[in-house]
Amino acid sequence: MRRYKHLGDVTKIMWTPELIRNIGIVAHVDHGKTTLTDSLVAASGIISFELAGEQLFTDFLEIEQQRGITVQTAAVSLAHIFEGKEHLINLLDTPGHVDFSGDVTRALRAIDGVIVVMDAVEGVMPQTETVLHQALRERARPVLFINKVDRLISELKLTPEGMQARFIKLITKFNQLIRRYAPPDLADKWQVSVEVGSVAFGSAKDKWALSVPQMKAKNISFKDIITAYQTGNQAELAKRSPLFEVVLDMVIRHLPNPKVAQASRIPIIWKGDMESGLGKDMLSCNQEGKVCMVVTDIIVDEQAGVISTGRVFSGTLEKGKAVRLVSAGQDARIQQVGVYMGPDRVMVDRVPAGNIAAIIGMKGAYVGETFVESGVESRGFEEMRYISEPVVTVAVEPKNFQELPRLINQLKKISREDPNIHIKINEETGEYLVSGMGEVHLEIVEYKLKESGLEVKTSEPIVVYREALLGRAEHVEGKSPNKHNRFLIAVEPIDPEVIKAIEEGKVAQKQERKERANVLRELGWETHAARNVVSIIGTNILVDASKGVQYMREVEDYAIDAFEQVVEEGPLMREPMRGLKVLIDDASLHEDSVHRGPAQIIPAVRRPIQAGILLANPTVLEPRLKLEVRVPQEFMGGATKVIQGRRGRIVTMESEEDIAIIKASLPVANSFGLAAEMRSETEGRAIWGTEFEKFERLPKELQEQVIRDARKRKGLKPEPPKPEDFMEK
Amino acid sequence: MLVFIGLGLHGEGISLRGLREAREADAIYAELYTSMLPKLRLNELEQTIGKPIKVVDRETVEQRPDEILRAAKASKVAFLVPGDPMVATTHVDLRLRATRAGIETKIVHAASIASAAAGLTGLQSYKFGRSATVPFPDNPSRVPYETLVENRERGLHTLLLLDIRAEEGRAMLASEAIEIMLELEKKLQKNVFTPDTLAVVVARAGSDDSIVKADKVGELQKLDFGSPPHVLIVPGKLHFVEAEALRAFAGAPEDVIK
Repeated sequence: MRRYKHLGDVTKIMWTPELIRNIGIVAHVDHGKTTLTDSLVAASGIISFELAGEQLFTDFLEIEQQRGITVQTAAVSLAHIFEGKEHLINLLDTPGHVDFSGDVTRALRAIDGVIVVMDAVEGVMPQTETVLHQALRERARPVLFINKVDRLISELKLTPEGMQARFIKLITKFNQLIRRYAPPDLADKWQVSVEVGSVAFGSAKDKWALSVPQMKAKNISFKDIITAYQTGNQAELAKRSPLFEVVLDMVIRHLPNPKVAQASRIPIIWKGDMESGLGKDMLSCNQEGKVCMVVTDIIVDEQAGVISTGRVFSGTLEKGKAVRLVSAGQDARIQQVGVYMGPDRVMVDRVPAGNIAAIIGMKGAYVGETFVESGVESRGFEEMRYISEPVVTVAVEPKNFQELPRLINQLKKISREDPNIHIKINEETGEYLVSGMGEVHLEIVEYKLKESGLEVKTSEPIVVYREALLGRAEHVEGKSPNKHNRFLIAVEPIDPEVIKAIEEGKVAQKQERKERANVLRELGWETHAARNVVSIIGTNILVDASKGVQYMREVEDYAIDAFEQVVEEGPLMREPMRGLKVLIDDASLHEDSVHRGPAQIIPAVRRPIQAGILLANPTVLEPRLKLEVRVPQEFMGGATKVIQGRRGRIVTMESEEDIAIIKASLPVANSFGLAAEMRSETEGRAIWGTEFEKFERLPKELQEQVIRDARKRKGLKPEPPKPEDFMEK
Repeated sequence: MLVFIGLGLHGEGISLRGLREAREADAIYAELYTSMLPKLRLNELEQTIGKPIKVVDRETVEQRPDEILRAAKASKVAFLVPGDPMVATTHVDLRLRATRAGIETKIVHAASIASAAAGLTGLQSYKFGRSATVPFPDNPSRVPYETLVENRERGLHTLLLLDIRAEEGRAMLASEAIEIMLELEKKLQKNVFTPDTLAVVVARAGSDDSIVKADKVGELQKLDFGSPPHVLIVPGKLHFVEAEALRAFAGAPEDVIK
């Protein structure tokens, strides 16, 4: 029954923005994020205090418990008393495994601050850097929690001085990262420091934490901590300085409330007019204003239907209110509103600005959608930016062929919940291809399918390569089958800086033309091309560089279709293109539209692009992973052997006490089954993390084989086509 | 040698000369995707000619005409086309390819909708401006409307052909074309195609059950003209003889034609 009392508390505080914090917890995998979350939730009276640490509360899916890692984003609302006042902390749990960094970015949009959890022994790991970078980019302010301090005592046997020195080292490294990635105006302001208490340390497992101000106030020294562990008295520590109190105090004191946060974040994360009514409502977090909410997560529930979770930036959500789905261009009515408590959604009457809310039954919603109150003209939040791109595919088929329709339904549902999962049908082989961001990511999909009662067969993971071009080709002519329409096309590679700008969302399809042209010009594009971008798909750009061609507008959509077809399936091996720039230099079109329909125009544009790519020194790019391994010196040989045996390149090798830290770069193609081999070569003593690094040219000697294999797998003849195959005779 | 032979507007529209050329040919091809020929029975035509006819689709003619050209290089080939071979639809590309390959070509003309439209309505052929095709809505175009605007400014008549997709068994009816043109009027607002505009529908030109009807667009829209092909004509400035012809041949109401 405590839950209902708790709900009452929550619904009261929801209306006072000063008493609210919207935060997330981010960390490298296994640094203890879930344990920390559970302890905090426990303190809020939802699951029992003693169980936290083992129950792994936010790991709802059974699979997450089996793996000990958190997979899906979920939200929890916590109540906490600070300086005599009850506060509400909306906590979005974000996945820790790198295969899900799309989820992390999305969750960050809805929150104003993060607790970065760092393992005291392992320190800054590759993903610590990634998630911190993402948080800072979305202007979410960080505080630091150094976890697993017990390991410093029991494993490293550090003295009080040693512990202090260790903390200083970790904090210095952390602040360097903030300086590197924070927006310049905040780099100084957002440095964390022990003196003011924006750093806490402790053990989430043993449920205690401390910060320097608290140590002074409670009169606890480093020596006391060590003694507590040596005498088995850590429970005493948890009583004197409980984790939830120290961490939540830190959150309330150092992370901004929605009112403060929105005033400075909105101009950065929302591209609309700040002077408009809605702009003002959002800047001031106005509960009386017009509704604006951004969706950061979608779950499709068998009973309830589509559940959209997100942040309310202005107005008040309420049953029956009419809203507009900005990207989808649809109107809908809110059926039910809820807030989160652990795995449960609890229905409430209204949720005001500044909170995390759930809307049930909004059918047209996708992750990243913006809901705006009907009748208000508004732009959506800018397109969500993702660092990671799908790099691995598996083919899925049902064991029982009759279950195919159900499989298709389930896959659709999964891809809707997780936009980083891409589903495609191979027309040649009839297979269902599921692409994701890593081996584990796809195993999760397989698990979800099995959980829904489907028996499926999956192929070995297949690397998703990219096709690119190194040179350029000009004046490639394409004619429509009826020969009455002609295009002159040029193709060339896009500069790395422009690719980067697209990946960072600085150049985008949904951008105002003028603004996009300005950015492209600054990056070195000439004015005419910069102004006439007609389509951006992935990291590829189509430019209509023609001048004064009659009827061009009427065939533009078909030209974009043709461009899309090539971008999705390049000419070498039907893998996606990366960094392709296509310029339509000139065209001459039949005057009567029946002689220039899609069946005529699409091949007239597609074929010269394909021929052009093949003429422009085409190449294959492979995805590579950043790998960081920490391993006792004596097993270093085993670890390097594993890396080098897998076409890995060792970038740096450092040592910290008796631990070797190896940073390396590893092709995704050679990463499958890494865990088993690494464990056996290091007797299980290596700790490592991987994340996507970059696309890189595949060594020439491997290209031919990779192309042949991919083509064969897709049911094509093994030899790639020649430019002449796409040119007019 | 490649002989393009027009089939005219009807199953019996081929000329005597066309018939003779076809009989003399070693191989006969026909395309039937560019228009619909009322009352065309292929087996009867084969009997009349006395030789089998091979019907080819658009893809073959446009993308793989090699077989036709090879045959034409070695012998005499007839290529049967609805209407007049080079009007409305165009087989210029095939003729160019043949010429490039050193093949002699010849055209045997026949009636075309372009001349029949003038003939049936009594509108004078030299007063027609540019013609245009009204495309199905999935391939939208402003060209028919813009052509109409241009012609009206100069007082010229406009022949609007209606889209056909033989491969899908679809042919646009006058009522659909009127609807599409009214939509364009709503969008572009040049006041050239409203329910009050005078227009003429010609259905199945060239056959015995052809219909020619002139009236306000709003009235025409309500009528059923039967099976395709249909065309739509929007007259420009009328000569008094043309006005009388529309009343006499196309049943134009007195109050519509002043």
